[in-house]
Amino acid sequence: MNIHEYQAKELLKGFGVGIQEGILAHTPEEAVTAAKKLQETTGTGWWVVKAQIHAGGRGKGGGVKLAKSLDDVKEKATNIIGMQLVTPQTGAEGKKVHKVLIAQDVYYPGPTETKEFYVSVLLDRANGRNIIMYSTEGGMDIEEVAEKTPHLIFKEPVDPRVGLQGFQTRKIAFNLGLSGEAFKQMTKFVASLYKAYESSDADMFEINPVLKTSDDKIIAVDAKVNIDENALYRHPALLALRDILEEDPTEVEAGEHNLNYVKLDGNVGCMVNGAGLAMATMDIIKLSGGEPANFLDVGGTANAERVANAFRIILKDPNVKAILVNIFGGIVRCDRVANGIVEAYKQIGDIKVPIIVRLQGTNAIEAKEILNNSGLSLMAAVGLEEAAALVKSVVGK
Amino acid sequence: MSVLVDKNSRVIVQGFTGNEGTFHATQMIEYGTNVVGGVTPGKGGSMHIEKPVFNTVAEAVAATGANVSIIFVPPAFAADAIMEAADAGIAVIVCITEGIPTKDMIQAKEYIKGKNVRLIGPNCPGVITPEGAKVGIMPGFVFKPGRIGIVSKSGTLTYEAADQIVKAGLGISTAIGIGGDPIIGTSTKEAVELFMNDPDTDAIVMIGEIGGGMEADAANYIKSTGNKKPVVGFIAGQTAPAGRRMGHAGAIVGGADDTAAAKMKIMAACGIHVVASPADIGKTMATVLKK
Repeated sequence: MNIHEYQAKELLKGFGVGIQEGILAHTPEEAVTAAKKLQETTGTGWWVVKAQIHAGGRGKGGGVKLAKSLDDVKEKATNIIGMQLVTPQTGAEGKKVHKVLIAQDVYYPGPTETKEFYVSVLLDRANGRNIIMYSTEGGMDIEEVAEKTPHLIFKEPVDPRVGLQGFQTRKIAFNLGLSGEAFKQMTKFVASLYKAYESSDADMFEINPVLKTSDDKIIAVDAKVNIDENALYRHPALLALRDILEEDPTEVEAGEHNLNYVKLDGNVGCMVNGAGLAMATMDIIKLSGGEPANFLDVGGTANAERVANAFRIILKDPNVKAILVNIFGGIVRCDRVANGIVEAYKQIGDIKVPIIVRLQGTNAIEAKEILNNSGLSLMAAVGLEEAAALVKSVVGK
Repeated sequence: MSVLVDKNSRVIVQGFTGNEGTFHATQMIEYGTNVVGGVTPGKGGSMHIEKPVFNTVAEAVAATGANVSIIFVPPAFAADAIMEAADAGIAVIVCITEGIPTKDMIQAKEYIKGKNVRLIGPNCPGVITPEGAKVGIMPGFVFKPGRIGIVSKSGTLTYEAADQIVKAGLGISTAIGIGGDPIIGTSTKEAVELFMNDPDTDAIVMIGEIGGGMEADAANYIKSTGNKKPVVGFIAGQTAPAGRRMGHAGAIVGGADDTAAAKMKIMAACGIHVVASPADIGKTMATVLKK
C-alpha cells in the first residue's frame, strides 16, 4: 500500500528521522495559514508547495513549486490544487491533486555547502533479507544512476538475526563522504530510518533526496513509502492512511467483492482463476491480436455470485469489446462452473459483447454443452488453443 | 521415480481441523497420500477424519514418524508453523498459506537455514508425485505418471501445463508449485536442480512469472549442466504493466531485469525451449523429446 509524502514524513518523524517540516493544506487559504505557522516554528522565509499524489516525478509535471512570499504561496497553491498532474508515472491522463504539502525551504545558505544523497531500504528477494541501498548521487532518478554510474550505488545487507549494526551505519556515512557533525547525524538518520522501516512492516522506503543542510543537519526532503499489505492487519494506524481517492474506483469496488482486479488499457476483458493463469491469459489475448483490458483473478470458488460480480466489473470499462473467461476447473467440476456462468449472465441480462468461455477439467465436455445450449451469446472452448482461436476470430472482425 | 514426496512419505497436516485443512486433507487421503495425522493446538488427543490430532508437531512426529508436513494455518500464524515443523525435524514442509507478511517470512527462512529441511512455498499449490502422494491442493486427476518434472510459481497454470503434458502423451514425475511470494523456501533453480539429479525425470517444464530474478538464476544453472535434460519454459506476464502487482505478492515488474521479455531472453540464451504462448507447453515438450 502506498502512502502520501506528508504521511510518510510524519511516520519517519515519529521514529526520530530528520525531515523537511511541512503542513498539509486542502485549499489556498489553508496553504497560507500553513505557511505562516511554518514561518513561526521553523523560521523559514520561503516555502515549497508540493502536490500530494501517489506518483513520483511530481516536480517534472509542475506539481512542486518554490514560493518566496505568502502571496506567492497562495498563487502556487491555487494553481496546483485541483490540477490534473501528469508525471512520468501517472500515465497520460494524470492524477487530480486534492491536497498540497506546504514545506519549509531547506536549501538555505549557511557555513557549509548543501549536499544531496539517496537512501532507500528494501527487500532483497534473492537473499531473503532487507538491504540499505544508498548513493552519493541524490535527487536524481536512481534507475538512471544505476545505469550510468553503477559504482556510485552501494548496498548494505541487514542480518535478520541481529538487525542493523552501528558499524554498518558508520560505513554508510563514510561511503557518503561525510565527516564531523554531518557524519554523526547521518549514522543516526540511517539507524532511525531502518527502525521505522522494520517497525511498520514496510516493503520499501525511498528517501530521495536525503539532504545535508548548510548547518550539517541530515533530513528527508521527500519520502516514498510502501507498506506490505499482508501485514496491515497488525498496523491499524497505517491502514487508516489508505487514500481511496488515489486508487482506480473500479479496482476499489472489485476489492470490496474480494476480486483481484487491475485495470489495463486494452479491448479484451478476462476473468480467470489463479494469478499465474490470469497473466498467461492476458498474454494469449495479446498473441491472438487483442490487448488485455484487465487482470482479474476470480479465485478458487468461481460460483455464480462471484462470476456475476466479475462480469459487472469488467463491463464497466467501455473499451471492452469481448471477454475471455478462462477457468481451469480443479476440484470444482466444470459443469457446475458452467451453470454458474449461465446464471450470472442471466442475472446481468443484456450483455452486448461476445463472451468466450474456456472451461477445462472434470466434466469439461458437459460444461461446453451447457454453454452452447444456453441460448446466450457464449462461445465455449475446452483447450487453450481453441480459446485463443476464438479470441482471434472475435478481435479480427 | 520422483522428488520430495512419494508413497512412503508420512504426512501430517498443520491447521488440520480448520475448513481448508479438513477439506484438503480429505482430498489428499482419497488420492492415496499417507496422511498419518494432524496438528491443531488445543485439540490434541482427539480424532479428526479418522486420524489422530496432536497439540504440537513434535508430538505428532514422535507418535507417527511423520517426515512431511503441509500447512493450512492462517497467514498471521503460518511463519510460526513453518518454524515449528522445522524444529520438530520434518524434512519437507509444504506451506499453502497465502498472505504471510514478508517480515515473518524473512525470519522463518533465516530460522530454517542450516537445518536439514526443505520448505516449499508459501503461497503455493504444493507438490504432487502422481500415483505416489499429493501434498497440496491441486486436482489430482490431471497429473498422470511419467517422466517430466514441472516447476512453477503458479497454481492453475501448473494444472494447465500438466494437462497439456498428459494430452501430448507424456506424464509427470513430480510437479512442484514453488509459490508466488517474494520470499519462498525453494527457488526455481533449486527445484530444477532436484529434477536434474532425479534419474526418473527426463525433461523439465519451468514456469515463471514477472518479478524477481529466480528464472535467470535457474537458466544459468541449466546452462552450467550442459543442458543435460531438455527444459521447456514459459513466463507469465508478458503484457503486465510495470509497477503493478499482478495477484501474487511477488509478481511485480520493478526494473528492466524482471520483465517477462528479459527473462525469456536469458532463458532462450541458456538453451531453454521458451514458448510465447502457454497453449504451446505440451506440444513443444513432445517435439523436443522426439528430436
